[in-house]
Amino acid sequence: MTRNQKIALWILVGGPIAIFSAWAIADNLRLYFVTLLNSLTLASLYFIVASGFTLVFGLMRNVNLAHGSLYLLGGYVGYLVAAKTGYWVLAIAAGFGAAALVGLLMQVLILRHMQNQDLRQTMVTIGLSIVIADILLWVFTAQVYQMEAPEWLQGPIRGLPIINAYSAYRLSLLGMGIVIGVALWLLLSKTRVGMMIRAGVDDRAMLSAAGVNVNLIFAVTFALGAGLAGLGGVIGSVELSIVPGEDTRLLLASLIVVIVGGMGSVVGAAIGAVILGLAETYGLAYAPTYSVVFTFVILIVVLAFRPRGIMGKAT
Amino acid sequence: MSASRWRQAMNRDANSALRQGTSVSKAAGSHAAKHAGAQAQPSYEWMRDTITTVGIRHVAIMLFVLSFPLLVSPFLAFQIGAQSLIFGLIALSLTFLGGYGGMVSLAQMTVAGIAGYAVAILGASGSPEISLNWPWWVALIFALAIATACSVLIGFLSVRTEGIYTIMITVAIGAAFYYLVLQNYSVFNGFQGFQKVYPPKLFGVDWRSPLPFYYLSLALALAGYFFVKHLIRTPFGIALQGTRDNARRMNSLGFNVTAHRLAAYAVSGFIAAVGGVMLVWYNGLITPGSVNTGWLINILVIAVLGGMKHPIGAFLGAIIFILLQTFAIDLINRERFNLVIGGVFLAIVLFSPDGLLGLWARMKARLLPKLSIKTTVR
Repeated sequence: MTRNQKIALWILVGGPIAIFSAWAIADNLRLYFVTLLNSLTLASLYFIVASGFTLVFGLMRNVNLAHGSLYLLGGYVGYLVAAKTGYWVLAIAAGFGAAALVGLLMQVLILRHMQNQDLRQTMVTIGLSIVIADILLWVFTAQVYQMEAPEWLQGPIRGLPIINAYSAYRLSLLGMGIVIGVALWLLLSKTRVGMMIRAGVDDRAMLSAAGVNVNLIFAVTFALGAGLAGLGGVIGSVELSIVPGEDTRLLLASLIVVIVGGMGSVVGAAIGAVILGLAETYGLAYAPTYSVVFTFVILIVVLAFRPRGIMGKAT
Repeated sequence: MSASRWRQAMNRDANSALRQGTSVSKAAGSHAAKHAGAQAQPSYEWMRDTITTVGIRHVAIMLFVLSFPLLVSPFLAFQIGAQSLIFGLIALSLTFLGGYGGMVSLAQMTVAGIAGYAVAILGASGSPEISLNWPWWVALIFALAIATACSVLIGFLSVRTEGIYTIMITVAIGAAFYYLVLQNYSVFNGFQGFQKVYPPKLFGVDWRSPLPFYYLSLALALAGYFFVKHLIRTPFGIALQGTRDNARRMNSLGFNVTAHRLAAYAVSGFIAAVGGVMLVWYNGLITPGSVNTGWLINILVIAVLGGMKHPIGAFLGAIIFILLQTFAIDLINRERFNLVIGGVFLAIVLFSPDGLLGLWARMKARLLPKLSIKTTVR
């Protein structure tokens, strides 16, 4: 891209956004900034769920369409544990663990036996998503579950500039997203396992030839990716409530985040999550019946100019 | 068509594409013309071919589907017969795209839904404040055109990347369309959708009564089936299968891979659109529930269940799916239908990736060993 093209792109994309922001700030200052915070907190939930998706995809070329079902499973398990024990941290651990276990079983029992058959693996995950969703519906019925935030995060934080008060839990979501993002970055760039995962993303065959047990790495990554979905489920069950159908919503969010951000890149997932969070929340706040159209437009524009996403590598 | 002729067609096509140095769609067009000219002389060949290839089972199946509504109750003819044929038609579009073009799109039901919504919005429905009340044939033409155009657009977005990305992008588009029609009340009438969308009363026949509707579905299904069967043997169809097997090689042979793929999206979009219009007429309504992810996936289930290696697989899968859906209530709790269909789908994907057709071929190979040498061309 030449310098002029870059400037043109900035004007084309940034111009309308700047005009809209100026109008919205002049129109209703508080609404604008509340929406901004809302979109960033939603983006952080999307990032947590989608980073697991992109990790699995990047390493194994496996589009795990059961990712949404794992999210739902994590949410239900987290709800049960929280209801039984009353400990929020325990619920998060249980949600992560349950989803990671199911993911591990999926990888070891089924997907491992069809390596390098991308399409078949994806179809298997579609079948699994139907089955898991129906079993969850059977066990938990179509009832809406809503988890309570832990006591120290209940109620609003008061005295903030411009927006006055904001839900403490929502704000903490932002923190969790950042913590998990940093933890993932540390894991991927500072540990031995992370090094192997990164090597596997670049060249699986070479990693295997270097004497690394690729199957083990695959299993660990798949469990980690699935666990992140379950973790997202527990966190999301406070904010969004857990009910059949949420699996599709989060799957769609993960897909769009990963397509827009670039497949297999954790940084891309963060960028994609922020873009999607902004588009969705501002769409809902300012043009309720057309909010999905913005998502569509973003998807189409990104695919038209960068078919592999913003951070995607052109192989 | 024998293997040698197939190869000839491939070579001729490739050579001329290289010679002319033009886009393939042009080359394919000129070849089709040449082909037709060459075939003009032995005019009885196709007749002989037809007679030798039509077996007793083909005649039997034809007789069966023609007499089916006369043998059973109108309820069965409408509920099982017509519904299977319609879903078979939509799944056929996926079989063509996935089985012959190598692009497994999960947005086929979305394309069908777009056609259905277009018919309801442009034509007459139970929501006169939204529906434009155009004459039915104008609405129909526009609906088919819009859906085909949308299919090409979906194709344009997904053909630039390859293989596994297609499925992701089409799922995302399909799910996004579902949320759009669910949230939007000004155009798509939100959760309620459109009621009372009926086929026109033409030639004094009520096309929604079971018998005429069955035969209409049958005629369209047969047309779609034979159209796809014919298309996969034309130079275009063969080149398309070439791009499925090795896109890079086809590209270096001078074929415009993207153009072929987009054309395949257009064809499959049109087939899906016809199925979508029929589906709306069958249900008499269209709601966001008809295009939710469950149904996007069900179309894939139907196509994979039957087998994507032959157009008949789509209809085979549809019959089994509809039978399961209709009669599973008696055997098990209706709520657990998804568990059954998910389990069946998993079993098929795990143990027989080519679906029931693959199962049948394997059984035949075991029971009747070494009777003939099989060609790869169907």
